Amino acid sequence: MMNGITSTNPISSRVQRNWDWRAAGNFVGGGSGSGLILWAALLSPLGYDVIPLLVTGLALVAGGLFCVWLEIGRPWRALNVLKHVSSSWMSREAWVAPLLFLSGLAAWLFTPLLLWPTALLAGAFLYSQSRILRADKGIPAWRHPRAGLLVVVTGLTEGAGLLVLLLPLFDQPQPLAWGALLILLALRAFAWRHYRDGLAEAKAPLASQKRLAAIDTGFFWGGHLLPGLLLGLALVVPVVATVAGAIVLLTGAWMKYILITRAAFTQGFTMQHLPVRGQPSANAAVRKRVA
Amino acid sequence: MTRYAMAVDLRRCVGCQTCTAACKQKNATPPGVQWRRVLDVESGEFPDVRRSFMPVACMHCDEPPCEEVCPTTATRKRADGLVEIKYDLCIGCANCIMACPYEARSIVHEARFAYGDQPMANEQAMFDPERINVATKCTFCIERIDLAAETGQIPGVDHEVTPACVNSCISGAMVFGDLDDPDSNLSRLLKETKSFLQNEELGTGPGVYYLWDKA
Repeated sequence: MMNGITSTNPISSRVQRNWDWRAAGNFVGGGSGSGLILWAALLSPLGYDVIPLLVTGLALVAGGLFCVWLEIGRPWRALNVLKHVSSSWMSREAWVAPLLFLSGLAAWLFTPLLLWPTALLAGAFLYSQSRILRADKGIPAWRHPRAGLLVVVTGLTEGAGLLVLLLPLFDQPQPLAWGALLILLALRAFAWRHYRDGLAEAKAPLASQKRLAAIDTGFFWGGHLLPGLLLGLALVVPVVATVAGAIVLLTGAWMKYILITRAAFTQGFTMQHLPVRGQPSANAAVRKRVA
Repeated sequence: MTRYAMAVDLRRCVGCQTCTAACKQKNATPPGVQWRRVLDVESGEFPDVRRSFMPVACMHCDEPPCEEVCPTTATRKRADGLVEIKYDLCIGCANCIMACPYEARSIVHEARFAYGDQPMANEQAMFDPERINVATKCTFCIERIDLAAETGQIPGVDHEVTPACVNSCISGAMVFGDLDDPDSNLSRLLKETKSFLQNEELGTGPGVYYLWDKA
């Protein structure tokens, strides 16, 4: 036990080196984009013009997927990703993406009513992303059930942060969005601490926990308390709400980048039983001589 | 049915890395990629210390997490228990690498050879461009297992159809065979010994048994 961190000591646990900023980019773009689309749909009955927000959300999701396309080894075979929908969440994410874009495009070009199925698909996309991480059994920090919750809540919070950042550009009313962001900030802070406690309980690799602990102060306080205070201040000086939105977005992206690229230590191995070798009496004699 | 599996007798392994070298030679894996390696494990406290060795590679699991997450169906478990990768389907997304709790998989993004850009004769002869930018791992020398189906030889008994690492092991620590055949060397050995599996709690059903004591 070290500073409240409990862990096993697996042999050969090391940080994964195959997913870099491009993979993190998919989780950042996909999370904030789908979150923004969801909030845009929920705001639409209140008379908001949400089409610019929808298009921005779709662009972010597309940007995230483009990052993945840059990462994969055989990009010209990328459509093979659709082949294993029966069990692979990566396949399911890949199936949801074109449906999301088609539905969003139809909402933009034909009828805003299609925003609702688009929002459902955005939710499915975000959920698929959370399950991709959970299915990766080789990385204890990802396979923990609370990692899925964290990814979903973070995506929704980043989407709300983006919403608060973008609304002034389109001259839209904002206080409702501020309130929603405040609630989501509380949820994200809870999800983060809950997740870290879960890793400690599960005795995830110490190195993983240390990497996450290293950003705890910045992410927990800088990413939650500071924007929360700024949102309060926005009641007096509305423009600071955009700063709060930007901070929420950037800190969420930072946390995901660390989670994907820096804190992703492998399971490692354990020698559950030492091999029984030699004669016990001879071993005892050697020990006695050395002592 | 047939279920090919392996046992590693930790009491016999001396950490000589001959299996590692045999695997590299047989499969021409590039520098930095080891489908098989031997972990050097130190335990205890001075003066009561121990040094043990644990060969690790793909465990050819019953419920391979790599197969579950593979979005392309490139990774598949065969009826005989071997987990194989179809290189022509793989897109090199590395999701299987993240899913594998045994660090068994690798991707290389460019041709690499032991001595710079120019391959040695054996590297040249065995170079397979299909293996660039896709996931690769231990296959249990799958082509040898397939050969057994044609020749009628028995994997784990006849050297021609037995994985290179098993053939090379200087102490006879590695045993390969059919788990579903009660008379196979492997089944008999497992009955006579105590063994454990790696990361069994993850529900993967690994096909490599680590023997540590007599039963």
